[in-house]
Amino acid sequence: MSEAVPRIAQIPNLVDLFPDKVQPDTRPGYQGYLVGREHLLEVVQRLRDEYGYDYLSSVTGVDYLPEGKMEVVYHLYKTLGGPALVLKVQMPREDPRVPSLVPLYRGAEFQEREAWDLLGIRFEGHPDLRRILMWEGFAGFPLRKDWREPYFEEEAKPFKSRWPEGFVFRAEDRNPFGDNVQYPPGFDPETWTPPDDEAIYRVLKRASEEDDLHADTLVVNLGPQHPSTHGVFRMVVSLSEETILDLKPVMGYLHRNHEKIGERNTFLQNMPFTDRLDYLCSMSNNFGYALAVEKLMGVKPPERAEYIRVMMAELTRFLNHIFAIGFLLNDLGAYFTPALYAIEERELILDIFEAVSGSRMMCNYFRFGGVARDVSPDILEKVRRLVYDRLPRKVDEMDEFLTRNEIVRERCEGVGVLTAEQAIANSASGPVLRASGVPYDVRRAEPYSIYDRLEFDVAVRYHGDIYDRYLIRLDEMRQSLRILQQVVRDIPEGPIMTGKPQYQVRVPPGEAYGRVEGPKGELGFYVVSNGKPNPWRYHVRAPSFINLTSLVDMARGAKVADVVAILGSIDIVLGEVDR
Amino acid sequence: MNENEMTSPGYEIPPELRHQVTITTLERIYNWGRANSLWPMMFGLACCAIEMIATAASRYDLARFGMEVMRPSPRQSDVLIVSGTVTKKMVPQIVRLYNQMAEPRYVIAMGACASGGGPFKEGYNVVSGIDKFIPVDVYIPGCPPTPQALLNGLIALQKKIKRQSLRDLPWYQKGPAEPIPVPVLGPDLMDPRKFALIREVTHRQAVQDQQEGEVAHE
Repeated sequence: MSEAVPRIAQIPNLVDLFPDKVQPDTRPGYQGYLVGREHLLEVVQRLRDEYGYDYLSSVTGVDYLPEGKMEVVYHLYKTLGGPALVLKVQMPREDPRVPSLVPLYRGAEFQEREAWDLLGIRFEGHPDLRRILMWEGFAGFPLRKDWREPYFEEEAKPFKSRWPEGFVFRAEDRNPFGDNVQYPPGFDPETWTPPDDEAIYRVLKRASEEDDLHADTLVVNLGPQHPSTHGVFRMVVSLSEETILDLKPVMGYLHRNHEKIGERNTFLQNMPFTDRLDYLCSMSNNFGYALAVEKLMGVKPPERAEYIRVMMAELTRFLNHIFAIGFLLNDLGAYFTPALYAIEERELILDIFEAVSGSRMMCNYFRFGGVARDVSPDILEKVRRLVYDRLPRKVDEMDEFLTRNEIVRERCEGVGVLTAEQAIANSASGPVLRASGVPYDVRRAEPYSIYDRLEFDVAVRYHGDIYDRYLIRLDEMRQSLRILQQVVRDIPEGPIMTGKPQYQVRVPPGEAYGRVEGPKGELGFYVVSNGKPNPWRYHVRAPSFINLTSLVDMARGAKVADVVAILGSIDIVLGEVDR
Repeated sequence: MNENEMTSPGYEIPPELRHQVTITTLERIYNWGRANSLWPMMFGLACCAIEMIATAASRYDLARFGMEVMRPSPRQSDVLIVSGTVTKKMVPQIVRLYNQMAEPRYVIAMGACASGGGPFKEGYNVVSGIDKFIPVDVYIPGCPPTPQALLNGLIALQKKIKRQSLRDLPWYQKGPAEPIPVPVLGPDLMDPRKFALIREVTHRQAVQDQQEGEVAHE
């Protein structure tokens, strides 16, 4: 078998390996392989066990309405590094069924539920196939191309009513209910029985009947309005006394229809929407989306723009991690003082963002082929002072105050452990993966931008508990500063855009998956273009969302008081979880 | 409140007591107290909540206005800052939280989304502004509003409170207040106040569909 195992950078030729079961995707602009749905499990299992594709990064569906087909797209990676192996399963639109990959990769669980929720693709063998972002009972599958939202106006922007005449009306006035709602014809609200939460409670593990003590199982709901859930997130926990038996995350309370709106928007109109995904790190989100579309367009930003991009992305990482540490301490009970310390430096970084982009949080700074505005010398000087002086002192200060603190250690060490095997199987990414001992960082595994030229180490810790997830954020902040110091030292003069800035970009047909190492983990954008000004499919592989798969593994067996700290250590942002 | 505001005209205060005694109306002193000890609910929805946190932190310091005591429980809070996009899945919870707040209670719609749907208005899961369900006192524009804008909104709310009269506010009238009916999640969001309208329109649509079907059949 040894000669058949390819080198890391090569993608094995699946047609040779699985004749009759796999064929290459020959559509122009597409890559990867088409797999028959009856062979999917077998092919993927062999790829995982024999060829090292142990990391299922992204699962999503595409509705090819004109061809009458649905497609499920899988992006597989090796945790040793290397490019993606893209597998696709096509099926007729009338019969969208595909075997579930949850038995092989637990990380597919939420993503498959999402595809079922929004596209109506049924994953056979999925242990808990319920709606995840919308609620049970919602009518229709919103991301299907023939489904229309209540405020539907036209298939694609710019809408004729607004442009060029600029005649604007209130969407409410065109809806018969005067609101953003629609109901099936003949529907009577009086006869509706709201589906209760029984479906969630039913799948929770309870104390077993054979248990000698016959202890009762207590089901506790935390959220969606709870001071420590970092937004509108809900956990349903079943408890035996104080120990957690099982946990189900319930999300969708901030589902803002990012993807549906994104498919109506033009390519550039999506850029400000990506800001609002992970609203703490808008610059990183811009980066991922710009990379995906640039891959399709085949443009490369000039040297100075690359440096500016990396500078902004690393400042964002610093900002996010210091915020995450501050609020982890908040969750541990050190109410607001550590967070106040963290926010102080965050404001200084936000000042830089405001100076270059005009907005503190929603920067909307990246463009396809460059950035929106140049960085002036005095801003660079400010950044230089920050990264050489103020920010390193801040990391040391946090380190000194917190790392050896007895209470922090008592509450964090050995709590919420996630093993390396679990982390990989759950498709965890970012600090959660690396704190479990897997040194996987997209900046090194599949370098983008100028990261291959920069000197930095991939931080890794080996215990996989809350304490290590805290420590790894400190490590990464130090590495970010190292990168920033190189960037401000080496940043060249020159243009910041390839070509002329334009509002309507020409994107050739095809698909692209752009991914960056965001502060929360691997942030991927899957974009399908059919040559029109709007993306045909626009999907976000959200790290916070997929990292939550590991929450139950971390929480099982822990005490109920720890679950808040465990959630804090994953560092989720609900804008990205629910999109 | 300065001395001129406090002292109502028409009363002579002897000179020796001028800096120790002040005369005002019950309404003014009561509103002055209320306006300067507003406790917001610790309740964040989306991006705007991060700016709300930044407002509470040291640079902008909400404590200067007597509002730093964020309460996680609706029973103990005076003002609900709806900070972010209101989704259909979340709005029953928000209405419930509002109903649970003790009167007098105020609502601030922070940001474009809470005021009217914002950039996500066209989305299928987004409510076009929280004022479709609960009464709003102050709207703050911005996406997200800067901390300065939020402070400005809170000061606007304080001014509004200082103008209020005990005589005509709904919560000082006799009889208990009616809670706002909690919306129901059906095939889409259903406002109990609109059930009749929903039935009427969907019935009309069904009849129309049937007629079109017959025409197509012929």
